[in-house]
Amino acid sequence: MPTAVPPTQRGALAKREARLAWGLLFPTIFVVFLVILLPLLAIFWISVKPVGLADLRPVAPIVRESLRGKNEKLRLEYRVRNSSQSKAVSDVSFSDVIPVSVTLGALPDNCFLENQKLRCEFGEIPGGFNERLRIPIASDSDKDALENIVESTEPIVLGVGDSVLTNGEFTLDNFRRIFDSKEFTSVIWATTFYTVVGTVGALLVGLFAALLLNKQFKGQGILRGLYLFPYVSPIIAVAFTWVTLLDPFSGSVNALLLQMGVVETPINFFGQRPLALIMVTVFEIWRYFPLSFLFILARMQSIDSDMYEAANMDGASPFQKFWYLSVPQLLGILSVLFLLRFIWTFNKFDDIFLLTGGNAGTRTLTVNVYEQAFAISNIGAGSAVAVVIFVVLLIFSFIFLRYASREDGL
Amino acid sequence: MSLLRIGEVLSVIIGVLWMLVLAVTVAVVMAFATGDSYKPALWGCILLGVMAGSLTLHIKEPRILIPFITVAAAAFQFSPLDVIVVGENVSMFWRAIAGALLGLAASFGLYQILKDVQSGPLTRHRFEDAVVQFLTGVGYIFFTAIVLIPFYVMVMTSLKSQQALLQNPLDFSIDLSQGWQLFRSYFELFGQFNFGRYLLTSLFVSVLTVLITLLFSVPGSYAVARLEFKGSVAFSRGILLIYMVPLIVLALPIYIVFSITGLRNTLTGIVLIYPVTTIPVALYMLQGYFRGLPVEVEEAGLMDGLTRLQVIRKITLPLALPALVSVSLYVFMIAWNEFLLAFMLLDDPSKFTLTRGVSMLNSSEIPRQHLMAGAVIATVPIMVLFLALEKFITRGLTAGSVKG
Repeated sequence: MPTAVPPTQRGALAKREARLAWGLLFPTIFVVFLVILLPLLAIFWISVKPVGLADLRPVAPIVRESLRGKNEKLRLEYRVRNSSQSKAVSDVSFSDVIPVSVTLGALPDNCFLENQKLRCEFGEIPGGFNERLRIPIASDSDKDALENIVESTEPIVLGVGDSVLTNGEFTLDNFRRIFDSKEFTSVIWATTFYTVVGTVGALLVGLFAALLLNKQFKGQGILRGLYLFPYVSPIIAVAFTWVTLLDPFSGSVNALLLQMGVVETPINFFGQRPLALIMVTVFEIWRYFPLSFLFILARMQSIDSDMYEAANMDGASPFQKFWYLSVPQLLGILSVLFLLRFIWTFNKFDDIFLLTGGNAGTRTLTVNVYEQAFAISNIGAGSAVAVVIFVVLLIFSFIFLRYASREDGL
Repeated sequence: MSLLRIGEVLSVIIGVLWMLVLAVTVAVVMAFATGDSYKPALWGCILLGVMAGSLTLHIKEPRILIPFITVAAAAFQFSPLDVIVVGENVSMFWRAIAGALLGLAASFGLYQILKDVQSGPLTRHRFEDAVVQFLTGVGYIFFTAIVLIPFYVMVMTSLKSQQALLQNPLDFSIDLSQGWQLFRSYFELFGQFNFGRYLLTSLFVSVLTVLITLLFSVPGSYAVARLEFKGSVAFSRGILLIYMVPLIVLALPIYIVFSITGLRNTLTGIVLIYPVTTIPVALYMLQGYFRGLPVEVEEAGLMDGLTRLQVIRKITLPLALPALVSVSLYVFMIAWNEFLLAFMLLDDPSKFTLTRGVSMLNSSEIPRQHLMAGAVIATVPIMVLFLALEKFITRGLTAGSVKG
């Protein structure tokens, strides 16, 4: 009699399940690959290329067709030019369908006619190339009608332009430029300050708010909803409101401070160092404390109340209960929140961009990507900054995953 | 420290601090409400605080205490030691009201804070309770103020005219006699600036984003959470990692590719790219929820002869409906509030989403009240949704919103 042994391979059922799993996952993997992993690779590629914003428009030959001359001296004119002033385009040619009612005269050397199809070849054209090709024609129709007939067929243009995005030219200039510049230390300082203070601040303020609402009373729900407002509303609305509120000329806060005699002259909150950096960090805390508040409150409400009752019996005071009971219980969620918020604050772009545009010492790494790529029109340098961000982020994520696997707070 | 633990000392200190906090609050509230000058006076407040603190310690009857302090505070306003200094154009009536308001709010709070404090030495418990009560009171005022003031200013500014704003930036009082003219900024935005269209575009884009996101993330997260296959752990880790890639890093190559392929400046491009930013979030949220569902129900379905796909459709999805609502709302919120991609990819005013439209208003040629009206228009729909479905949204937030 054969003895029963555990299966050594995966059975048909398990295989089918795995197949289904991959089937269900495939669309997602595909999309994620296409729109997240591919751009990430592209970022690395572009960061070592000398690409400017203007290079995004590919170099190409352009052909314009027109009818010139009068009566017997009618001629077709093709104007061929290179869209770039400096870069050559190779294998340039165009073809155009000539209507049957039109008879072409003598053709230039590089053109030939085949079944009513005119084809002209140019080979390689240098940058700034601009040439007119004239072909005399004869026809029975009058000029206006002819013009319509002739121009009804668009010439088809071929040509291989050299794109800096795809050629073999590499450079480390982008990295050299961003690391060398004096700004870089200021960017790193702004990023560090914004990330550390913003994260810790939002966490502490959120903890305070959670402590306030961790009890049952009338209106608790309303306050909880209210305290989430900053996070729920569109960034664009709240950022512009802050800008309006703190405006040095027409802002209410300055008017209030002046009236109360706190300051003598209006303060330019978002326009002077180092106040601007402090203000964008305060904004960050204001906007994201609701998130920590919500998480911490949820954790607090799941703490067993028996423990507090026991502590009450033993005569523990409120601060003792907070320090010796609540804090240890909250430590898990606090550390997870810290790591996640740290990463997300580091990634933040919109807030600073809308508040100060990265001026007055508030340019963080993320804002620097935009600044390099679009303000200075140097896509390569922007990508280099993005690469720096990504590498820093990988380190953070590595730390996070090591800790998060121990914490099941989320 | 031990001196602090004496009832008389504690109540006086808390009385003074509380009075100062409330004096600032009342002055700010009055200033914001009327546009006139109100400012807290240090010495008056200290004196009134000392008085109110000691009285609260001895009189434990709120029906006597509160009216008394209220009247006293109003009376202070007409003595040399006024508690809230008012501007010259403020009438006697409002002067008294400011004092009375301060007295009322302060005494009510003080009564709550010092309820269990008696004269003489205090136990540690009583002492800390009073301090906690005090901090709680300050906390409520602080948080309510920092949240409400920006939104109040946003709405009120949108109803003002340019001259009024420049004349007195503090004056948010509203002239109701203008009738519908009050909303002229809104009329102009919807009339001249095409905001009706932006609103529709945003709605369209957001709803489509939600649908596409669900289409991809429901099967994906189910597979990660439930089915056994090699690499499921790596995959769920991978989701978290992808979740953390900042948008600005992706935005650059996306911008390049869209420029080359001609997808830039089209809504198709926006609808293609928005779900990608939300799919990782949705995957992350949903897989957590699917893990929480009891396996037994699904196994029972399998035993009864349903296939996996039928189980998903007939058992899992109906059970997960609340989670789907949460995720949908959260994704809708992200899409509605999205700014960076819309800003980078859309240049043509006829294709703007709402956030892009509002950002267009931030120019020196367009008056502030238009910008604020735009901000209100962008905020109101999401607020209505939030208030109506708060339970789902907060659940969605706690489930997956580590994202900022």
